[in-house]
Amino acid sequence: MSKIRVLVGTKKGAFILTADGQRKTWKVSGPHFAGWEIYHLKGSSANPNRIYASQTSGWFGQIIQRSDDGGKTWNTPGSSPEELKGPEGMPKGESNKFAYAGEVGTHKWYDGTQHPWEFKRVWHIEPSPNDPDTAYAGVEDAAIFKTTDGGKTWKELPGLRKVKGNLWQPGAGGMAVHTILLDPKNDKRIYVAISAGGCFRTDDGGKTWKPITKGLKSNYELPDPDAEVGHCVHRIALHPSKPDVLFMQKHWDVLRTDNAGEKWTEVSGNLPTDFGFPIDVNFSEPETIYVVPITSDSLHYPPDGKLRVYRSKTGGNEWEPLAKGLPQKNCYVNVLRDAMAVDQLDKSGIYFGTTGGQIYCSPNGGNSWNAIVRDLPAVYSVEVQTLK
Amino acid sequence: MIRVVLPFHLRNLARVDGEVQLEVAAPVTVHAVLDALEARYPVLRGTIRDHGTLKRRPFVRFFGCKEDLSLEPPETPLPDEVVNGIEPFLIVGAMAGG
Repeated sequence: MSKIRVLVGTKKGAFILTADGQRKTWKVSGPHFAGWEIYHLKGSSANPNRIYASQTSGWFGQIIQRSDDGGKTWNTPGSSPEELKGPEGMPKGESNKFAYAGEVGTHKWYDGTQHPWEFKRVWHIEPSPNDPDTAYAGVEDAAIFKTTDGGKTWKELPGLRKVKGNLWQPGAGGMAVHTILLDPKNDKRIYVAISAGGCFRTDDGGKTWKPITKGLKSNYELPDPDAEVGHCVHRIALHPSKPDVLFMQKHWDVLRTDNAGEKWTEVSGNLPTDFGFPIDVNFSEPETIYVVPITSDSLHYPPDGKLRVYRSKTGGNEWEPLAKGLPQKNCYVNVLRDAMAVDQLDKSGIYFGTTGGQIYCSPNGGNSWNAIVRDLPAVYSVEVQTLK
Repeated sequence: MIRVVLPFHLRNLARVDGEVQLEVAAPVTVHAVLDALEARYPVLRGTIRDHGTLKRRPFVRFFGCKEDLSLEPPETPLPDEVVNGIEPFLIVGAMAGG
């Protein structure tokens, strides 16, 4: 029978939730890395027992952790004694070294001046589907890094910041590459999204990038609503069978593209509010998508205190509320951008975590929800592994 | 022998209990102590000071003999009591406030 492993990053550590394919009885392990902020964990589909984690702290900076046994034990990559000796006999220990390539350069600062790029943390790690030693890291200040040695060392793909990076300006939540999508049918194509930066695509494995923002309109966030860069893209998602079709939750607006980002069309339709953070695609149904409407950019909680996921079975425009099992009064949590995921069972399960520490699972595509746990620290990220 | 006290999270990261004892050749400075510490525990590189510039991270402080040594130039010799192991060299996570 299949097994489900849910990887949860929170404000105070990581948790791993496991169940069989019924998804009824759950075992919870953690906190791993107790007391640290865990922005993201993600397993390699090439080797599901390999999991990467981004562990970070306002005091002590960035740590990369790696498990090779499905999350039972963890090590910083390259930390075995034989790996730590460089040619000169000194330890390397560079798994947490994220140095921008070449001239650091500058981006736009709050006061309109230019400000040097400064590494702060890793928001998202995206392992290659083909090679467990290869992974990409989306970082703040916004840039993308790549490892090909299992996380021991990381190198920037600097072409991304050459796409008008001097015009990117952090929003209140910082300026980070928070989403990385690898095209499963074309290993040279990668999409990234940057809060207050926009959406970008490479077709040559990360050497050169282009903005893919035609059709986005940011009437209240940008002086030019149709600007090429600067849009506050909250999340993008794709279905592996249709990698040219992307869905986007922007600061305001839900959109889709059918041509790999060349043109976006708004599909907010009858949503009660089109502000929100996560968006995801049902694994069994490539045109079934999910969002969690949030009241507004000023009120980061669900409308009327009712937590509702909205589902569209038509790839957008026509939405239905999904509330069974979710709190329908006095609920004022948020759902962050990386905190929704789907499993790959025949009846695709949908999962999301809240800033109130609940992890919800729907084993039936959203028709009903159950809380796996209710009192974790604020949830930053949720990923799901479907283990055969 | 230099006695170094690490904060809770860095002890966990380095997988050590209690104080760390280091042999450091003279002159014993903050820089030299951190070099020795990171040589023994490479996982700590980047957590106390920046990888490239070696500047102290903003919310890490260095205490010794009831003095805040954080703002001293890193090549300043440490107090004799620290050098002789009578007093520990404390690496501290700054107060979060609130």
